Amino acid sequence: MTALSLKNLDISYGDVQITHDVNLDIADGESFALVGESGSGKSTVLKAIAGLAPEWSGEITVLGSPRGHGIDRAFSRQCQMVFQDPYGSLHPRKTVDATLGEALTIHGIGDRNARIEEVMASVGLDRKFRFRFPHQLSGGQRQRVAIARALMLKPKVLLLDEPTSALDVSVQAEILNLLKRLRREQNLTFLMVTHNLAVVSFLCDRLAVMRQGRIVEVADVADLKRGDLKEPYSRELMQISAAHAN
Amino acid sequence: MSNLLEIENLRVTFPTPRGDLEVVRGISFTLGRERLGIVGESGSGKSMTGRSILQLIRAPGRVTADKLVFDGIDLLKQSERQMRAIRGARISMVMQDPKFSLNPVMTIGEQIAEALLTHQKLPRREVNSRMLAMLESVRIADPERVAKLYPHEVSGGMGQRVMIAMMLIPEPDLLIADEPTSALDVSVQAQVLDIIDELVKRKGMGLIFISHDLNLVSSYCDRILVMNTGEVVEECKAGELMAAKHPYTRGLIASIPRLDETRDELPVLDRSAWAKA
Repeated sequence: MTALSLKNLDISYGDVQITHDVNLDIADGESFALVGESGSGKSTVLKAIAGLAPEWSGEITVLGSPRGHGIDRAFSRQCQMVFQDPYGSLHPRKTVDATLGEALTIHGIGDRNARIEEVMASVGLDRKFRFRFPHQLSGGQRQRVAIARALMLKPKVLLLDEPTSALDVSVQAEILNLLKRLRREQNLTFLMVTHNLAVVSFLCDRLAVMRQGRIVEVADVADLKRGDLKEPYSRELMQISAAHAN
Repeated sequence: MSNLLEIENLRVTFPTPRGDLEVVRGISFTLGRERLGIVGESGSGKSMTGRSILQLIRAPGRVTADKLVFDGIDLLKQSERQMRAIRGARISMVMQDPKFSLNPVMTIGEQIAEALLTHQKLPRREVNSRMLAMLESVRIADPERVAKLYPHEVSGGMGQRVMIAMMLIPEPDLLIADEPTSALDVSVQAQVLDIIDELVKRKGMGLIFISHDLNLVSSYCDRILVMNTGEVVEECKAGELMAAKHPYTRGLIASIPRLDETRDELPVLDRSAWAKA
């Protein structure tokens, strides 16, 4: 089954059209990466799926049901987003407990105490952090809270917008391991935006390369590992990444 | 070779309600006209080291050192006024994020010219031509147009190049680059670093390159210091980084995913092993 399907997706901000004709099919349980440089429209695709960029035309289908342009509670239970910057994406005056519990309140779900403890345990956050504020946590801990927040409603699909690029390499490794484990344990589908091809190689099954709002190539990660991408632009990206690694 | 910078037993302390917190704990190094990389995680004291060289640590923070000498000048003994003559003209610093480090209400051209005029009096025509030449040397294709723009009108990569232009126009002897590319894309990162590299080589400057990215540092520097909790744990030549011995350095290297990744799980640093209370 396809977990997430995009058909002829055109997204605009006002008069400016950001993406042109984006088509993607992501299978259930797959981990898919969107790569490209800043301004290529990769984050905008995630925002449109999450409902943060409502000016789009085309089709967005999540787990078989089409998504409308408005706020959709049933959709929120299926699909959640994790943002790039854990310093900016958590409310500074809400405790971890309040941040995690908000989704339960909105959706009228009880059993709050147990569910918060369960999700904190699954992202590897100690119970003592539950009543702390974001400024009392390190960057890695904050990103764990952001991931926990996304998992509160037990979604099937996670949209990850550069989940590790604001973190140190050593902390990045912890978060990548966490994401990999969560995906295995909860059978999640990932759509991840990143410009780090090594992260793609570690975490993903397939990738799409975007440039100027269009997908120029879709490839298997095995091709990336072998250095076997076809489009000249994809090869260029790969060479830049490889040059850094040496 | 005469040393551009000599540091012995540098310490930076901040008072807290629970006693003094030492964030840099007695580090020593010397720098010639070469490229030195300082790597470490957040909180390892690498940025504090860079800032203390420029005496940019504000009270209540305290900087002490047995020796902090730049080109024969004892930086610890300089007054604030004397330091201002050194900052920019002799030692300058490229900051991490162009969004917060450029003046939003001045055009790019004015800001770069200001960096030059603060330290020397020059006729306006010469200032202008040097400003344009500098923009060109950081590979801005259309310097006359860009000089008239405001910082919010340019991209992050271009903003960072503008900042580099501003830092290099007084032709300093030492450039401190504190995570100059962390806010940028991989593709732009390489461009910006190549520019710094080329200018440093051409002008024979010293460079201190502060970053958490081991790969980046090892490809752009001659020598590397690895810092952890305020101390230098390892010093090595850039080419020999992969043969590093200290467990902390080895842990950092191992935790970076590779392009041809086959490991199922990335090794994570066991912090308890080095963390001294």
